[in-house]
Amino acid sequence: MGKRVGMEVAIAAAEAAALCKFDVASVYPITPQSHVAEHLADIVNDGRVDASFITVESEHSALSSAMGASATGARVVTATSSQGLLYMGEVMPITSSMRLPIVMLIANRAISGPINIWNDHSDIMPMRDTGWISFFAENGQEVVDMTIQAFRVGEDRRVMLPVNVNMDGFQLPHMVEPIFFPDQEEVDRFLPEYVPYATLHPDRPVSMGTLGMPEIYAEAQKAKDVAVVNSIKVVKEVWKEWEKLFGRKYEPIQSYRTRDADVALVTMGSMGETAEIAVDALRKQGVKAGLLKIKLWRPFPFAELKKAVKGIRVLAVTDRACSFGGPGGPVCSEIRSALYEESVRPAIVNYLIGLGGRDVQAEDFMEMVRRAAKGKLSEPYEFYGVRG
Amino acid sequence: MNTAMNHPKSIIENFDLYAPKLVSKEEFFSPGHRACQGCGEALAIRLMCKALGKDTVITNATGCMEVISSLYPTTAWTLPWIHVAFPNAAAVGSGVEAGLTALRRKGKIADRRVKSVAIGGDGGTMDIGFQALSGAMERGHDMLYVCFDNEAYMNTGIQRSSGTPFLASTSTAPAGKKIPGNQVWKKNMAEIMVAHNLPYVATASPSYPLDFMKKVKKARRIKGPSYIHCLVTCPTGWRSASETCIKLGRLSLETGIFPLYEVEDGKYRLTVEVPEKRRPVQDYVKGQGRFRHLTPDQIQVIQERVDIEWETLMIKVNCSKSREELRAVREK
Amino acid sequence: MSEKKWPETWQEVNPGCMVFRPGSAAAYHTGSWRAMRPIWDNVKCIKCGVCYIYCPEGCVTEDADGFFEANLDYCKGCGICAHECWPGAIKMVNEED
Repeated sequence: MGKRVGMEVAIAAAEAAALCKFDVASVYPITPQSHVAEHLADIVNDGRVDASFITVESEHSALSSAMGASATGARVVTATSSQGLLYMGEVMPITSSMRLPIVMLIANRAISGPINIWNDHSDIMPMRDTGWISFFAENGQEVVDMTIQAFRVGEDRRVMLPVNVNMDGFQLPHMVEPIFFPDQEEVDRFLPEYVPYATLHPDRPVSMGTLGMPEIYAEAQKAKDVAVVNSIKVVKEVWKEWEKLFGRKYEPIQSYRTRDADVALVTMGSMGETAEIAVDALRKQGVKAGLLKIKLWRPFPFAELKKAVKGIRVLAVTDRACSFGGPGGPVCSEIRSALYEESVRPAIVNYLIGLGGRDVQAEDFMEMVRRAAKGKLSEPYEFYGVRG
Repeated sequence: MNTAMNHPKSIIENFDLYAPKLVSKEEFFSPGHRACQGCGEALAIRLMCKALGKDTVITNATGCMEVISSLYPTTAWTLPWIHVAFPNAAAVGSGVEAGLTALRRKGKIADRRVKSVAIGGDGGTMDIGFQALSGAMERGHDMLYVCFDNEAYMNTGIQRSSGTPFLASTSTAPAGKKIPGNQVWKKNMAEIMVAHNLPYVATASPSYPLDFMKKVKKARRIKGPSYIHCLVTCPTGWRSASETCIKLGRLSLETGIFPLYEVEDGKYRLTVEVPEKRRPVQDYVKGQGRFRHLTPDQIQVIQERVDIEWETLMIKVNCSKSREELRAVREK
Repeated sequence: MSEKKWPETWQEVNPGCMVFRPGSAAAYHTGSWRAMRPIWDNVKCIKCGVCYIYCPEGCVTEDADGFFEANLDYCKGCGICAHECWPGAIKMVNEED
């Protein structure tokens, strides 16, 4: 029944892909994703997985060649970060529109400028509306589990969509963590061989990536949206099965000490663990703090969110990216609009935190909760801890 | 009007008279496609597909050929075909090759060779797709890339590309009162591909269909990367009469503007004979509206450049040796 | 695959807008674009097939006797065949004539 090892999370992510027996890896190196790329290459070149590794000349080509390979019916993994993800930006929506279930490991990193290699979520946020399913991992274990789950969800005939697994750059990929790995046989049972809907092969010629005129484009977009929206059922189903098999529970929104919470933090990614420490400390001080951790960013879990905020007076939503000239952070604007129709809803404050690798400690989260208790900040959104 | 009467003979030069009859009647690019009347590119695609045959996957860059052939819910293609975007046909095609190779090796698909062929126009190949092409060729995928060069961004309205000839008038390099059209010489894409040390590089034209198809077949057989640069007439963009499509291709050869050659293992060879006394550039430019503004002096400048390029190519044809030949010399 | 009614509803759109009917573009008849059409004079025709090889539509076919004709459902009337016909066996005539 599996094994527990201490392993750098980037390497563990590649090992998880190896357990999924990918056929093709197409990856271009970029900090802080490089160890993922390097280890995928190690796995292929050592013959541990019978696969082709394409040493592409750019991220644009990484995702493009991944699409070509996926269209032949191969199971394909790619990985990137930051500017690389933006460079893939042209191809991102096409991947989902063409319904190719590629899995992408993203070591989230700030986007330029100024150039900055450290972690925040400003790379994935511009990709929010491209039709990919987006998982956010909190720790190394979740990176491994979600990588395996991603193939299963994406390849499901009811889904047929690409999935990205987001891990906070450096905070996760460069850490050595204790991680449970399932056995190969367990993964094989959980993840059957990929049976593609259609493939590029002369035995059954198909044209993929055709031209959609105005009379059909809107219908195609609606069909894609419905596919993304409905995929949440499969995500939840797969997570339930995972819990049954491996005992680790996954939910689109994980609640921590929110039953009687007055003020709840909202985090996405690795800061959830720090926020938990803050919540515990606040509770010791008699502050009724709680925490909501978003694990599924797309499709956005509207119903789960509404359920999770019941009884909470104030939400302190943290964002790791800014929507310049917009409503603040993308996570907060999503939550605000999700709760707008509710007759009883919490007050919402928005902190932009941890930008470009800025450290956020438990004390910071405690401070955020204390100030959020008023239900309002002096600004619509606050760059937390910014000098001046 | 019988136009053939106005342009007699010479047509069968370099042309085995009855050979077209022997060409496979199988079509892999169906009629009903929306290419303009007399489109040299659609013709070249049709011929290429005949030469490639069934066991082929086509990756198409965004451009005229993708638009005119894939209007959902129909397709002109009977070969498996994929289009993703403008700059990445070579990258997608390299992924197709990697996927097919891995799946075949793992016994997940039939155990036979299916060739990955990527195609793009001059913009999708020489400009925006240049990096992806260089990468795919350099990595040594077993794939063929064919550039169908009609010398401008025709799909978007005849804007200048790096394939546009010197002084040609395009919508972004128009023949203005001050600046008479495109101000730089056409990029020599075939030479750039030769510099990638590919086992096979060739230039081609649908005006010489048998030569073109022979080259496609040769490239198909090669286990590795190969590149064919095919010059195709665009009556819309060149502002030429649709029926002169083939003639213009022929004139591009007879003037020495676009000689047909192949570079196999580093050795250059002319594949279609060019007349000893090459026709003047004037003969090529006169039927094309894009060159209508040229003065005799400007045509002379082009003529001199064509002469120099021709001589440069002849030096390579006469002096180059294949790597195989060079190895043999060393062993002696 | 059976023909679906057009335009499709969103439920009917093929996933990824894939097309599973190879060569189905032939359902569209480009012959309506034509202003002139080619006429073959089989007395002059030497059955070389130049018209067949040079047709961008691939709509020139050989009959049982080895002569050639254009499928007027698709012929766009570009005139290449007539222009290239070595013995001058093809002429272009106005559609109205």
